[in-house]
Order: sequence, then C-alpha cells, then structure tokens
Amino acid sequence: MGVTLTILSLIVLIPLSAVALKASEQTFPEFLQAAFNERALTAYRLSFGAAFIAAIINGVFGVLTAWALIRYQFPFKSLVNGIIDLPFALPTAVAGIALATLYAPNGWIGALFAPAGIKIAYTPLGVVIALTFIGLPFVVRTLEPVMRDLAADVEEAAASLGANRFDTILRVILPALGPAWLTGIALAFARAVGEYGSVIFIAGNMPYKSEIAPLLITIELEQYDYAGAATIAVVMLAVSFLMLFVINAIQAWARRLGQ
Amino acid sequence: MTISIRSVEKTFGRYPALNGVSLEIADGELLALLGPSGSGKTTLLRVIAGLEFPEKGQILYGDQDMTYTSAAARRVGFVFQQYALFRHMTVAKNVAFGLDVRKGQAKPSKSEITARVDELLKLVELGELGKRYPAQLSGGQRQRVALARALAVNPSVLLLDEPFGALDATVRKSLRKELRRIHDATGVTTIFVTHDQEEALELADRVAILNKGAIEQVGAPHEVHDNPVGAFVCGFVGESNRFEGAVKGGRFQSADIALPAPGVTDGAAVAFVRPHELVVAPADQSNLNIVTERIAPQGAVVRVDGATASGQRIEAAFARQNAGDLQPGAKLSLAADRSYVFSA
Amino acid sequence: MSRLRHPTEDPVWAKVVILTLVGLFLVCVLILPLITVFFEATRKGLPAALEAIQNEDARAAIKLTLITAAITVPFNVVFGLCASWAIAKYEFPLKPFLITLIDLPFSVSPVVAGLIYVLVFGAQGWFGPWLLDHDIKIIFAVPGIVLATIFVTFPFVARELIPLMQEQGVDEEEAAVSMGASGLRTFWSVTAPNVRWGLLYGVLLCNARAMGEFGAVSVVSGHIRGLTNTMPLHVEILYNEYDFVGAFAVAALLCLLAIVTLVLKALLELVQPQSRPGRH
Repeated sequence: MGVTLTILSLIVLIPLSAVALKASEQTFPEFLQAAFNERALTAYRLSFGAAFIAAIINGVFGVLTAWALIRYQFPFKSLVNGIIDLPFALPTAVAGIALATLYAPNGWIGALFAPAGIKIAYTPLGVVIALTFIGLPFVVRTLEPVMRDLAADVEEAAASLGANRFDTILRVILPALGPAWLTGIALAFARAVGEYGSVIFIAGNMPYKSEIAPLLITIELEQYDYAGAATIAVVMLAVSFLMLFVINAIQAWARRLGQ
Repeated sequence: MTISIRSVEKTFGRYPALNGVSLEIADGELLALLGPSGSGKTTLLRVIAGLEFPEKGQILYGDQDMTYTSAAARRVGFVFQQYALFRHMTVAKNVAFGLDVRKGQAKPSKSEITARVDELLKLVELGELGKRYPAQLSGGQRQRVALARALAVNPSVLLLDEPFGALDATVRKSLRKELRRIHDATGVTTIFVTHDQEEALELADRVAILNKGAIEQVGAPHEVHDNPVGAFVCGFVGESNRFEGAVKGGRFQSADIALPAPGVTDGAAVAFVRPHELVVAPADQSNLNIVTERIAPQGAVVRVDGATASGQRIEAAFARQNAGDLQPGAKLSLAADRSYVFSA
Repeated sequence: MSRLRHPTEDPVWAKVVILTLVGLFLVCVLILPLITVFFEATRKGLPAALEAIQNEDARAAIKLTLITAAITVPFNVVFGLCASWAIAKYEFPLKPFLITLIDLPFSVSPVVAGLIYVLVFGAQGWFGPWLLDHDIKIIFAVPGIVLATIFVTFPFVARELIPLMQEQGVDEEEAAVSMGASGLRTFWSVTAPNVRWGLLYGVLLCNARAMGEFGAVSVVSGHIRGLTNTMPLHVEILYNEYDFVGAFAVAALLCLLAIVTLVLKALLELVQPQSRPGRH
C-alpha cells in the first residue's frame, strides 16, 4: 500500500506536477501565446487530425479484420492473428524508418503512387500511415472478445424475423459491437495523438506543415525553452485526460447495456 | 397452417442427426418434440425453421414446398432457449423488429407497428415494460419478450427451442400455462422442443418422441404414456421399473421376477412396470416379492424402495390411504396391474 | 452440402471482398514494413549487416539497452505485485484514482514522459542545481534513461495482475491464513501460482517496450554515442547519417526481439487462453 503510493508519487505524480508548475511560471497571456501560437496550432491540427483519421481507418479495417479472424477460415490464420500485435512489440523507431523507406517516392509502395503525383512519406499522409500502424491492434483486440461472445442465436433470431443478411449486420451485429468498437477507436486515437517515434521519420517535420505536437516539445527543449515545452505538454496532457474520461464513459455505457 | 415433414434426412459430418423423419402437424395444433439430448429434436425444429437445410426430404407449409427457402422468407416465429434478444434495443424495439425490417409495401406504418407492439406486450403481460432494455428484465420476462417478438410477424408457425430450459422451476411452471393460454388465444400452429416429459405431457395436444434421429411414436400425451409402442418410449415417458430377461411361451422371466407377456415372441426381452401400477397382493397372487428399504410419504402417495431376493431394485408408489402400515425391512408381496414387455 | 447458405454465414462474394481488403491492409501496414527492415539491412550483403551490429557504438547501444531492461523489468515486477495486491485485496479511499494513475503512462505522450524528468532533474529543473553541486548526472545520463523507461512501462505488469488478483478474491488466501500460513508463505504457495502466467505476460510486454522505447528516452538521453545511446536511438542516429544498412541492421535486431516477443506471447495465450482486450 504505502510502497505503491510512494512509488506512484515519485514516478508519476511529482514529475507531472512539475510540468504544470513550469507552465504556470509564465503569465497567462504568455501561456496562451506559447500554447496557441500559429505554429503550435498547426502542430495540434496535424497531431489530432491525423490521429483521428488514422483511428477511423483502424475502426473500419479493425472491424473487418476482427470479423475475418473470428468468422472465416483462411490459410495462415494463426500467423495473421499473431502479427496483429506487431505494433505493440516493435520499437516505434524501427516502424518509423521502415514505413518512411516503404512509402518514400522510391520505396516499394511510394513508387506506385509517385507517378500520379501523390507523395506519401514526408507529408501529412505519411503521418496518417504511421499513426494507423501504431493504432492497428487496439480496435481488433477490443472487438474480438465481444464478437466471439456474440451468440449465433441473435443472428438467427434476426433472420427468422425476416431480416436479410445486410439488415442483420447493420441493425443487429454492428450496434451490439458499438461500445467495444468506440472504445477501440478511442484507444487508438489516444495512443496516436502522443506518438513520436514512428512518426518523425515519415513526417517530414516542416514547421507549419508536417510537424507534430510532440516534435514541437523536443524542438523547444533543444532551444532551452522549458516553459514553452511544458506549455504544449500541458495541452497534450489535458487531451490525454479527456480521452481517459471518454473511454471510461464509453465503458460505463457498455456495462449498462449488459456487456 | 399445416406443416408436413416428409422423409427428412440431415447429417452433421458423419453423424446422422435426422434419419428419415416424417411428421404431419395439423393447423392450430400444439405439438411437443420430446427426446433425450442428441435425439435430433432441436435439429428437426431448426430444419422446419430454415436455420438448417436437410440433405433429403421435404418440408411443406400448407401445400407449399419450403425445403430450401431461407429462414427470412418463411415467416416463422422462433423462440430460443437463451432468449436471443437484441440487447441494444428496448423491449418495444425488439418486438417491433420483425415488422420494422420489412421493405416497401409490406412494411406497416409507424402507428400500426406501435399498436401491434402494444397489443403483443399486453398479450404476454408486459404492457408497462416497453421502454426497458433486456438487461433490466428477469429471465421469465425476457422469454415473454422473445415470445412477443416471434408472434409480431404473424408467423405461419411458432417454433420454440427448449423455451423454459433456462428458467427456474416456479417460473417455468407459470410460463408453461402462459404459453398454452397464448396458443389458445392466437391459434397459431406451435411446435416446441423439450427434454422434460412432464412439460410435454402437460402442455401439448400431441407429443412426438424422438430417439437417435427418428420418431418413435406420435400421439396424445395419455396415449404415449399408456400405450407405448416400444421399449424406448416406455422407458422414457413416465416412471418405470425396468427388467432385462427373456420371454418363453408368453411369459417373461428375469431371475425371480415373472410377468405375463401374451403375444410376445420368444427370446430376449425387456419388461417395464410402472411404480403406481404395483399393488400389495396376497403372496400367491404376487409377481414380485421384495424387502422394503425406504418408505417415503410424498403428498398423496407413498414411495417404496426395495429389492427382490435376487437383488433387482424395485420402486413402487401407493395411494396414501391404500398403503397401510409399511415398515422398512419388512417383506412385501406386490402384483403388477399392468406390465409392458417388448422383444429386445 | 446444402444448397443454401446458413443464416449466420456471409455470402461468398462478401467473404472474398473482406478477406482481400484485410489482406491488402495488413500487407501494406504490417507485413511490408517488416520485410523492408530485413531487406534494407541485407542490401549490401549479410556481412555488412553483421558488421554494423558488431562495431563498438552498436555494442555500447545494445549493452545500454540490456542494462536498462535489466533494471526496469524487475523494478516493474515488484511494483506491479505491490500495486495489484494493494488494489485487489484492500479497500481504501482514492482507489479509482490510484488505478487511473497506474494507467496514465499509457495515454501520456512518450515525449511528455521524457520532458517531466528533464523538468525535475535537468540543469534548470527543481533538483538541477543540487545535483550539479554533488556531481550527480541524471538527465543526459543512464539514470534518466532508466527513469523514463520505468515511467512508460510500469502499467504493463500491474495492469495484467490487477484483474487476475481481483478475480481470485481473498477466499483462497483467507483459507490459507486460517490454516496457519504466514503472509509470505501464503503469497508463494497460493497467490503466486495463480498469477504466474499473467505475470509472465506482463513481463514480456514490459520488456519489449523497455528495449524499444524511443520518444521518452530520446528526450532525456542527450544522444551521446557510445554512452547514452540505446538501440532505438542508435537506429535514429545512423538513419539520419544516411547509414541505412547500419540503421536497418540494428533495426532488424530489434525486429527479431519483437518477433520472439510475439511468439512467446502466442504461446502464453495458449497456456492461459483468456480473452485479452487490447489495452497495451
């Protein structure tokens, strides 16, 4: 008990409050300027926007992947099932350089798009790709247990009541998966917002263009602008807390539905 | 709607689930499919519903061949053992689902659907609970919702798979009566699956007894109980003492037990005697001489456990007033009013 | 066999479309990147790749990564056991707050995780002057790397153990204690066997993250070659110096670590087949 609280305080609580205190060393207008100047705003926009798009992509493909893993038989299924967790196990820097190489204009995939004038790496598109990689397991792994528990008799009931397969999926299966699905998307989003390692290699890191919020923190640190770094950190922490709150709210809602 | 099942065969892998089953169900009838687990009764129900398709044979609704029609197109009402309610929908939405998914002309108007839902919730006595979610209901209430949902589509046939199996004993009893009342009120042809003979005998107009994927006997509850056509039905329906032995010259013999077996061919045979068809008799008229072990008065009857000299276990049940003064460890001579003997 | 589809089965065209989409997605996002790493690492032949992971700087980075993991993992095991024990077996106010606090590092950006230690222990931080006076270096040195790694990894073990211990409840332990077992003995003979697979699972994920952490470590390390470079940081430096073979060779080593982790994880899930929601 005591040990737990002491360690938690030493490692989490005190350092976290240091961020808040550092940020509060400025006057309020200074704080606003540091938190919401043009460059910071574009960085948030990229971080949150790309994280959101990536979370949606993972929402769509996560449902399909989980469905395929639970319902279909196909070759190398257990291999596919294992590799889903790769983003949990692979160091982010490794993912970063691999994705940057792959999606660069001369990379295997980048070369396919280059003739059409589409650049992926070193643009916001690349950021979305990296954040999709990092968030991929969340939706699949939160959906799987719920899908497995989804009893066949509920689908049969819908069919016997005259619903076609499309209606059954749209009105019975997907709504039943709803809370778990949203949880997975929110988790993927929360993870993607703060992601650094896999993004910086593919992002391009151009100020006002392809610079993510965590990168801005490191840049300000390198310029010894500690208050500025702490300010952006405070904004990011606020979003993290908000996400924790959202995820808990979704789970409370799911419990009410009896899942 | 009459339902005709003609020589239906269905296998799961190598395992034959239905072995040429034929059955006619009359319009408005309440029929029970009774059998032990693995007898094929649930498979038969699912084949009738279109949730499984047979390899051979035909399913007819009226004179229409439905064998390979999808479940969605058959307009059946199916009630599942575990309710299978849509838990993200309110009770009212659950009941309305079958009407709500209809397309175009076939779809009733909003007000018609609401009226129908209200009517059905009243029928199953859940009038006030339309806005609740399934998770907020008891097991018995959930099964009523499932019943109302199945009835909402005006099904040509109502099919229930062990509808009371997940409920506790008291709820099961009251819901059983409820089902009979609803059946009589709607007049819909109804088939339900059960492994509980008491449930089948109490509720159904007719009972079909299945064993190993085939129908052993179909008849009114008292018929299958009183005139079983074979050893399986006799042993499965009602209580009985079972003896294995042989018939020779119209007499069944098993160690120290002898029973009349008129018309049964000579050879190995099984005999059944129902506990309540045993009576206390003078020694010279008795078939069974036992030593009593346990005397248990139960309401209107007294149950007696005992064994013959050769160790055959016997159970008897006497009306309380005829039982006299029975003591454990005493000798007792019994005669069978009736016995059933079948060639093995 | 039957001419018709079972009502819970999808039409064949839907299966084909879904499997194709999923396959394409996984190939583009997971499988090709993995292949890229090994392909780029061996672009100039295997010897060049082997040389890149055997030179002095690479060895120093590997050593530092191993040291970091060797400190972080045991620390987190002890902390995880304490924390989950406290949460599962005792009732106290602020318990939900405690659980949230344990979860927090999962949702904090790794860069912020690094930053907080710079603010506390850095030259301009709270303890900066004092540390400078006593000639203790934390930031831009190994202790800072270890601290930042502990921060980002400590939910792994605790998260895994809390549900296990809660599920197990106190009955078994009370039974053991009522039979006269001492506290420590109760733990070893009753609690530990019940949670060992969960513990191993947590350790596995914790180790993978500890060895692979980049953002938090990058902020506190100072990138001093041969001294404060972990393997992921070494990958970054080589990559930024356009030494792609070197960068991908070290990356390939980390990939192998990830693959071993995944295989062990799959084996553990076979031993203890529970559904695990993706909270990692």
